[in-house]
Amino acid sequence: MTTTQIPVAEGLFTWPPDESTPLRLIGSECTACGLVSFPAASDCVRCASTESKERLLAERGTLWTYTTQDFRPPSPPYDGPEAFEPYAVGYIELPGELLVEARLTEPDPDKLRIGQDMRLTLVPYRVQDDGTEVVTFAFAPAEEETP
Amino acid sequence: MTEAVIIGVGLHPFGRFPGKPALDMGADAVRLALADAGVNWPQIQGGYIGSYEVANPDAIVARLGLTGVPLRGVFNGCATAGTSVALAARAIETGEHDLTIAIGLDKHPRGAFAADPSVAGIPSWYGQTGLFLTTHFFGMKINRYMHDHGISHETLARVAAKNFGNAARNEKAWRRTPLSVAEILASPVLNHPLRQYMYCGPDEGAAALVLCRADQAHRYTGKPVRIRSTALRSRRLGAFEVQSPSFPVGEVVASPTVDASREAYERAGIGPEDVDVAQLQDTDAGSEVIHMAENGLCKDGEQERLIAEGATEIGGRLPVNTDGGLLGNGEPIGASGLRQIHEIVLQLRGAAGDRQIPGTPRVGYTHLYGAPGVSAVTILST
Repeated sequence: MTTTQIPVAEGLFTWPPDESTPLRLIGSECTACGLVSFPAASDCVRCASTESKERLLAERGTLWTYTTQDFRPPSPPYDGPEAFEPYAVGYIELPGELLVEARLTEPDPDKLRIGQDMRLTLVPYRVQDDGTEVVTFAFAPAEEETP
Repeated sequence: MTEAVIIGVGLHPFGRFPGKPALDMGADAVRLALADAGVNWPQIQGGYIGSYEVANPDAIVARLGLTGVPLRGVFNGCATAGTSVALAARAIETGEHDLTIAIGLDKHPRGAFAADPSVAGIPSWYGQTGLFLTTHFFGMKINRYMHDHGISHETLARVAAKNFGNAARNEKAWRRTPLSVAEILASPVLNHPLRQYMYCGPDEGAAALVLCRADQAHRYTGKPVRIRSTALRSRRLGAFEVQSPSFPVGEVVASPTVDASREAYERAGIGPEDVDVAQLQDTDAGSEVIHMAENGLCKDGEQERLIAEGATEIGGRLPVNTDGGLLGNGEPIGASGLRQIHEIVLQLRGAAGDRQIPGTPRVGYTHLYGAPGVSAVTILST
């Protein structure tokens, strides 16, 4: 049986990712001043232009800072599973683009360090009653990559 | 321009008060402030009132007297009280009123603040997937700061121990049980590196300040406290701020605290070296450490030595959060900054009792920081 997956939101990352369209975050670039934004934004917070174009962001970056989430966040808005598993979050610096906040796949702070290479991935953060997995973007330590 | 001075302060205790509405707490604080100033409610010509939870905080007139006074509601996140005192002062400085009041009151439910991300202009997936927590920002900001400036976990615990110890000397504080550095370091991690006893909690309380024209202060008090400056700034592009799904790459721009602090010093003609006692936004122990530097009171990284030496304790060179700060008092948002000013006024009057700092303090400093990246600074002097 194959598990059905759906993205937590449309327009956040390429979906479904495959050979021809690898997983990337969908940002935007101001056509007037070049400021890169994520999530994609039509209005530029630097030059106030209202024109932008889509830009797929780099899939690799470095960990700028991080923390852990050791208690279940208030619901709503959090809609993850009742059985709470601690997770980590951080900002990943995508060189020349921006710093993006994301969940991290590694929950142990002792296995995270500032400056670490990180790679974009997806995590099923919630399972719906019908078994459908809801996925969101996350970053994984790059050295844990398996071929 | 006419100068505004504080002639009366009133504080309802901070904590949990089942069955007592926020408006009643606010009315108690106002009556205390009026009595302290020797002023009657009908004499008040205008006021500013801040609250997060109360829909129409100006309804407090039903408790105090329907005098027709213009009472304007203000809200600016955790900088709300900085805004209400600034506006109350401005109304005097510009000549609109001779006697004004700043009021703050709130009654928050237990636990971390929860909200709908969309009201903050943030997409819903950010909250659904567990990113919409202000505590993440505080954990991440101090983690980066510790990495860059050599701050230890023990220093975070020392800050919390100091503030709980100061709160133990404050009959109006919420968390009055002293905790040791070891106990704090043994409490559960909530957001690495921050632990349970390194965070403040939302709670309930109220505070009020009565202000008047400096040239009329002699009618009411022999010890007016001067409002030397107020400043409020919002975040600039490139600053690392709470609730930001992303921010631009490149050199990190200074926080709005740095901007507000510089403006406040400049307007006051007072420098960080002149500050005798400070009240800084200590949402968590790490925030107090960072805010010492962002407010110009030390250089980045100096906190490690200063805190180990006890410089920020009541008997130290630069006492910080002498009434227990947010860690000891919790945070009713609308009242929090007025509680800070209440403490500075007591210290400058020499009336802070068991927690009075030694010597003759002349300059006090207060600072607020909150979502989505707004800071308020007030500088006071004798």
